[in-house]
Amino acid sequence: MAEWKMLTLVGEDRSGIVARLTDALFRGGWNLGEASMIRLGGNFTIMMMISGSGDVQPVVEPVAQEMGLHLHIDEISGGLHQHLVPNVQVRVTGADRAGIVAQVTGVLAESGFNILELESDVAGSASKPVYIMNIQGYADTTLEAIEAALNELGDIDVSVSSIETLIG
Amino acid sequence: MAVLEILTIPDERLKRVSQPVEVFDDELRAFIDDLEETRLDGPAAVGIAAPQVGREQRILIMDVSNTRKPVPNHGYLVLINPEITHWDGYEMGREGCLSVPDYTGNVIRATHIKVKAQDPHGQPLEYEMEGYEARALQHEMDHLDGMLFIDRVVSRRTDLFRRKVYQKGGKG
Ligand SMILES: [Zn+2]
Repeated sequence: MAEWKMLTLVGEDRSGIVARLTDALFRGGWNLGEASMIRLGGNFTIMMMISGSGDVQPVVEPVAQEMGLHLHIDEISGGLHQHLVPNVQVRVTGADRAGIVAQVTGVLAESGFNILELESDVAGSASKPVYIMNIQGYADTTLEAIEAALNELGDIDVSVSSIETLIG
Repeated sequence: MAVLEILTIPDERLKRVSQPVEVFDDELRAFIDDLEETRLDGPAAVGIAAPQVGREQRILIMDVSNTRKPVPNHGYLVLINPEITHWDGYEMGREGCLSVPDYTGNVIRATHIKVKAQDPHGQPLEYEMEGYEARALQHEMDHLDGMLFIDRVVSRRTDLFRRKVYQKGGKG
């Protein structure tokens, strides 16, 4: 069974980061698993599962240096094919204020909602920022129960809907 | 009746364009029974298309009457030589596939569809479908054209508006 590591790299966005990194990994004999790479606030962030043998540090470190990225390597348990399919989606829109994420996710946690994916962004303008969050997760509770709990939060718009994944 | 073997990626046969059905006989109808038995055998699939079991003919089965939250539907449908004659609207939804184990992704599909097809005796059929049922039809019809949902997966950050042109263009 493959042993997996999680690579985390963060740095100022510039072209060629993904190409350089994956080329080095490929040449070093490392395999890629699941990965998430996204630009956040002008930075490029990478979280990537890799498997292989030996020490990956000397393979990745030169790329991190060259591209100006912070590098972090973790041994992880678990592996591929452990997907959980989300069945509930929560969309939140509200004035950008401290604590909005903590409040919403706190309520969700109490409702037994397991967050699988969370994307948030700040829309609007600098003077009138609007926080938008999109959460997909898994819950055994009813949509109504989750919605009722979130509605107690007041000045934010929340919509809770089911995700019916179509298998065909 | 028999449960047939489902082809899974990267089987090249899933990429072939299926041929129209010309003979509506007992053999065809026996195959449709097997196809339905195959659909019901695995994970809860709302549809299945003949090329998924290696029969490259324009035959599909769908049934979205058993969703967790009821959706508008026409029940159990066998559609042969289906053709979409009209589509409108678009939305994103999550899909998986019997032929793509252990992966789901977001796909943009038309929300309103008119479809013409034939039944297992060759008689003409016509339906208007919306939402989840329309999505199921488009997913299955893609199989008939050698397309998989993984060819259409988009990020949830994808701007729906900019995708409009693509969706209106039908199969890409
Ligand atoms: Zn499929």
